[in-house]
Amino acid sequence: MEEFLIRLMPNAMKDLNILGKSIIETLQMTAWAGIISFVLGMVFGTALVVTRPGGIMQNRVIYQILDKIINILRSIPFIILLFCLLPLTRLISGTAIGVRGAIVPLVFGTTPFFSRQIEAALSGVDEGLIEAAQSMGNSSWEIVFRIYWRESIAAIARGTSITLINLVGLTAMAGAVGAGGLGNFAYIYGQQRNHMDDIYVTVVILVVLVMLIQLAGNLIVKHNTH
Amino acid sequence: MIELKHLCRDFGEGKLTIHAVNDVSLTIESGDVFGVIGFSGAGKSTLVRCINLLERPDSGTVLIDDVEMTALKSGELREARKKIGMIFQHFNLMPSRTVAENIAYPLKGSGLSRQERDEKVRELLKLVELEEKEKAYPSQLSGGQKQRVAIARALANDPKVLLCDEATSALDPQTTKQILKLLKTLNEKLGITIVLITHEMAVVKEICSHVAVMDHGSVVEQGDVYSVFANPKMQITRNFIRTTSNLHKMEELIEEGARIADLQPGELIIRLSYVERNVAEAVISQVSRRYNVDINILFANVEILQGSQLGGTVAIISGERADVTKAIEYFIEKNVEVEVLKDGRVSDPADA
Ligand SMILES: Nc1ncnc2c1ncn2[C@@H]1O[C@H](COP(=O)(O)OP(=O)(O)O)[C@@H](O)[C@H]1O
Ligand SMILES: [Mg+2]
Repeated sequence: MEEFLIRLMPNAMKDLNILGKSIIETLQMTAWAGIISFVLGMVFGTALVVTRPGGIMQNRVIYQILDKIINILRSIPFIILLFCLLPLTRLISGTAIGVRGAIVPLVFGTTPFFSRQIEAALSGVDEGLIEAAQSMGNSSWEIVFRIYWRESIAAIARGTSITLINLVGLTAMAGAVGAGGLGNFAYIYGQQRNHMDDIYVTVVILVVLVMLIQLAGNLIVKHNTH
Repeated sequence: MIELKHLCRDFGEGKLTIHAVNDVSLTIESGDVFGVIGFSGAGKSTLVRCINLLERPDSGTVLIDDVEMTALKSGELREARKKIGMIFQHFNLMPSRTVAENIAYPLKGSGLSRQERDEKVRELLKLVELEEKEKAYPSQLSGGQKQRVAIARALANDPKVLLCDEATSALDPQTTKQILKLLKTLNEKLGITIVLITHEMAVVKEICSHVAVMDHGSVVEQGDVYSVFANPKMQITRNFIRTTSNLHKMEELIEEGARIADLQPGELIIRLSYVERNVAEAVISQVSRRYNVDINILFANVEILQGSQLGGTVAIISGERADVTKAIEYFIEKNVEVEVLKDGRVSDPADA
């Protein structure tokens, strides 16, 4: 077996330790940036839905500001965002390289998209449910937690898996400019040394990672659709 | 008692302003089943949503049992809403929650223990006859069952008032009847006041004791159902009544020149409407005997509304000219409204 693998991908087998470390770095970046931008995405996405015109906490100013900021951030290509954020990253993380250095730009790159995904998910909640909850004496906060969030778990899971899959792509890009992880591995060990098998291994691992995310998402969706 | 005083609610601005509710004043007695009927866009939903202040009126006051709803602070208003149940045309059940969870939804924060809550849910399920569906999800229920769950949910906090906004409009006629029967039972058993919005006269007929007719944001006619049905004052009310009776088909038939409307010389087509309570006598045969006229009934539509006869008959009357005139006078004397729909005497050469 091992012999077979060595013949199939001689360089990757030689760099197995580094490959393992890269996988862990990618997982760390995805997990940390994912968790932080999920929380932020929930906050901003929910804020968009409740403050929009006709929303339960209608607020023109907050809505317009959020809407504009998200649009601006979404229109900046990630690779440029990375460079723009260098000073801020150093300020927050103390470093601009490695996993820690990657978190800040990844969060900035992911949160706007995540917020839109959450906004779309919550917008799918039937207005009638909001009306019913109000008629039962719910406060706006109760409606957020008990109707908007609870009733759109499936849609949120769907949006989250799409966003996480995007995020994996961004970690690879961040990796290529010094953040470590599989992107870094494919670039330094594969592309620069012309070891194609290193690149292919990276691809396979990323595909598996994306499939796992999709699978988890689908499971949650299935569990919450009646 | 629900008192609405000079309620106004506008939508839009400037020239495009819609007076959805325009100076509406109504009094709804406790324990009543009160219908509000009107065509789509008349402002019924806006009016009913003003009662629990889902829609805040621009002016006017809402009093429920002498509590001025319009003056409550938001926390007090939310507490007050728990005592006003509401059901909707599209049921508005939470799809991710089971029937039992939907019914338990408004009980959160009510101070009941878990056990008491379960007990209450079971009680409510029994009330709406859905015990076996406790664990089902809304998507697994029929329309009628969904509305029963919605009713149970609306009753969870033992409200004094139940607002129904087109609660049967998405249901077939048979299911509509069942739901209306359930509402009537709840009204009698729990003494709950029911305010029922609808665009169907049949619904009002079925369970309401009082009715208000709405048109373009205003209440144009109101009263107890029998009087409004028997003596409609406004054209719009007559239009509604027409939708539930075939007595007005005759005009169409005459217009179309249907054979049933062909008259021999000296014959008349008349419509008799019973508009007073207690006209239970067999007036028609009496008249026929007494004035020696023939009365050939084309069709009749008589029903019992609040224990009294309501409806009428379309018939061809024939006989000596003087007898026919006397017969018609006798009907009027007996408080039967008479309309001559077609007069065969005009074309009678002997009379000309
Ligand atoms: N939120 C709203 N914004 C603007 N116009 C509204 C709104 N709600 C109702 N309207 C208008 O008010 C009128 C009355 O509506 P509604 O009360 O829903 O009538 P009904 O329930 O009798 O069909 C309609 O012309 C409708 O378009
Ligand atoms: Mg309506």
